[in-house]
Amino acid sequence: MKNIMLTTVAAVALAGTAFAQSATLDAVMERGQLICGVSTGVAGFSIADDGGNYTGLDVDVCRAVAAAVLNDAQAVKFVPLTSKERFTALQSGEIDVLSRNTTWTYTRDVDLGLEFVGVSYYDGQGFMVRKDLGISSASELDGASVCVITGTTTELNLADYFASNGMSYEGVVVETNAETNQNYEAGRCDVFTTDASGLAANRSQMAEPEAHMILPEIISKEPLGPVVRHGDNVWGDIVRWTLNSLIIAEEKGLTGAGVAAAGDSGDPEVRRLVGAEGDKAASLGLDSDAFGRAIAAVGNYGEIFERNVGPNTPVGLERGLNAQWTKGGILYAPPFR
Amino acid sequence: MRQDLYANLTGIAVDILSNKRFRAIAFQLIVLLGFLGLLAYITRNAIHNMRELNILPKGNFLTEPGSVDNLGWVALDLMSVGARDPIWMFFVGSAINTIYIAILGIFFATVLGFIIGVMRLSPNWLVSRVAAVYVEIFRNVPLLLWILLINAIVFLPWPSPKEAIPVFDAFVASNRGLYAPRGIPLDGASTVGFVFLAGIIAAIVWSVYTRRVQAKTGKQLPVFWVNAAMIIAVPLAVFFVMGQPLSWETPQLKGFNYSGGVKLLPQFLALLTALSLYTAAFIAEIVRAGILSVNKGQREAASSLGLRPNLVMNLVIIPQALRVIIPPLTSQYLNLTKNSSLAIVVGYQEIVAVFMGTILNQSGRAVEIIGMTMAFYLSVSLLISFIMNIYNRAVALKER
Repeated sequence: MKNIMLTTVAAVALAGTAFAQSATLDAVMERGQLICGVSTGVAGFSIADDGGNYTGLDVDVCRAVAAAVLNDAQAVKFVPLTSKERFTALQSGEIDVLSRNTTWTYTRDVDLGLEFVGVSYYDGQGFMVRKDLGISSASELDGASVCVITGTTTELNLADYFASNGMSYEGVVVETNAETNQNYEAGRCDVFTTDASGLAANRSQMAEPEAHMILPEIISKEPLGPVVRHGDNVWGDIVRWTLNSLIIAEEKGLTGAGVAAAGDSGDPEVRRLVGAEGDKAASLGLDSDAFGRAIAAVGNYGEIFERNVGPNTPVGLERGLNAQWTKGGILYAPPFR
Repeated sequence: MRQDLYANLTGIAVDILSNKRFRAIAFQLIVLLGFLGLLAYITRNAIHNMRELNILPKGNFLTEPGSVDNLGWVALDLMSVGARDPIWMFFVGSAINTIYIAILGIFFATVLGFIIGVMRLSPNWLVSRVAAVYVEIFRNVPLLLWILLINAIVFLPWPSPKEAIPVFDAFVASNRGLYAPRGIPLDGASTVGFVFLAGIIAAIVWSVYTRRVQAKTGKQLPVFWVNAAMIIAVPLAVFFVMGQPLSWETPQLKGFNYSGGVKLLPQFLALLTALSLYTAAFIAEIVRAGILSVNKGQREAASSLGLRPNLVMNLVIIPQALRVIIPPLTSQYLNLTKNSSLAIVVGYQEIVAVFMGTILNQSGRAVEIIGMTMAFYLSVSLLISFIMNIYNRAVALKER
């Protein structure tokens, strides 16, 4: 971790050239590979199996971008990053896109020279405790030891929440999800706090998932989404509209398997989306069927959700806020026209 | 005429160029200019690239609130830092924690290292083998693994506060920390304190005096028992005469955790244990090498004078060995201090974890914060070197 930051400082200090317009797209094309920053392991979002294959919702966003740009969803190199390392890795050009349950905030968007291109998962911070503690609400947590990951918005919300409720806590601050899990399971802390989706993901990986419960309070808004460097607007648009096309596809009922036949669809927006009508993607320097390829490679947003974190997976998350706006959620992509 | 002038000027130029003093100064000047030029180039580039990346510093971030509560504990309760305190307080607080663990680590590593080092040279086969195994095990496994291992097998499995059984209702060992009673001074405690201080001063005076007497007359006066009486027995007597002006605050289970009393965090204990054990292995080798460097004739000569073995060690061998031991020992102290930056893996709140970790991440000021952290380590290391050099000069061979 130190190395990455020091390298960044050294790179910032020594590098002679700066980034030109859309340099990222050129670099990705030339390399024939997308370099995507992911987490060090959050089940359902980005986690590597024994064979080193990455799966998860955040991973699929990267695969979709690779399918759109390079016509190969496998042409992605995943770089696992801790919360602490992630922004420097992106700023220094070590990765092309950061898709790593990262909360969109003012400071990150404005002060860190980054650009959030959308929201891939609407989340909120929650608390997980052992059931046998006999606690039913976060307001009973005064004096508790709390496991939290360093360099996250979670850390900030935690301080705010306890201060505004006149409570105190002992923070046990470590760097990775795995270390936090270990501390929590060993009883080093009473409470594990992170985004509610992350809590569910972690619980699914514990020895006895049934022994833990997530408290009802959600204490923050955590819009999670992919991030690119500020200043390369074309690249930002590519990632933004790849994500949007996955969401639009679900709204329009277009599945990954249905892309092949989508050229005959009665809906003009679907035809535009897969490139059968007009050549929208050309403005971004992509093939006309780029977004169709993205959807075909990973499925629409609903399929990605069900496959990775949905109710039938070990993570077991409900759609909730992440349902389409037509179905009671707040997932709402701008029209593709 | 003209040619003469030319020849003269060349002569002068050659004279200047071959002048040793001029050359020394000129070359140093060239190197200095080159170095400053490189520095200016790097700085200019850094500023240029930071502007391109839109991360050029704006305003003074050190006075902005830290917004995080990750520095819940500062060594010796020297200060308390909360989410609304400015960032510079996080810097100072976490720096204190680094210095604290470094000082304690250096102390324990030195004591243990000297013991192991002397043990390795023991004629007793078992003792020397145990020391050798210790050195090889600790020296050949990375420190990071030791920290994780010691945390996972020694400190994490301790019982939770609710299951922990207090000893004498005063001491508690739980996975939230080690708790002990804290003494709270009452009226009259200051008198006891003064008597204690006076005892220490008297003991120092007495030691110096007895040494002079021995140097002059060869007569040995009792030092240990007299000093023990002055430092311990007299203040203790005063303590009881004053009616025991001290009350004990014992740790009590309140809600999730114990509160009150003195508390040692498990992450602190894990890091301190790992750092001390690991560095002690290196110090042991340095001590062994130092002792072996003393000519065996010295030992034989001292023995033939009739000195007992422990006096031979203390008065003849160790003082000469120290000359060899101190320089490499200094690098071990520097290593220990810098190695404390691995603390984040167990969550000890020192400067790399708190300031260069969380604060950097939340404020995004990578260049400034890493610069400050480097300056901090540099200052601490130079200070350690300075102190050790003074000591080194004191024990070095004095040629008269």
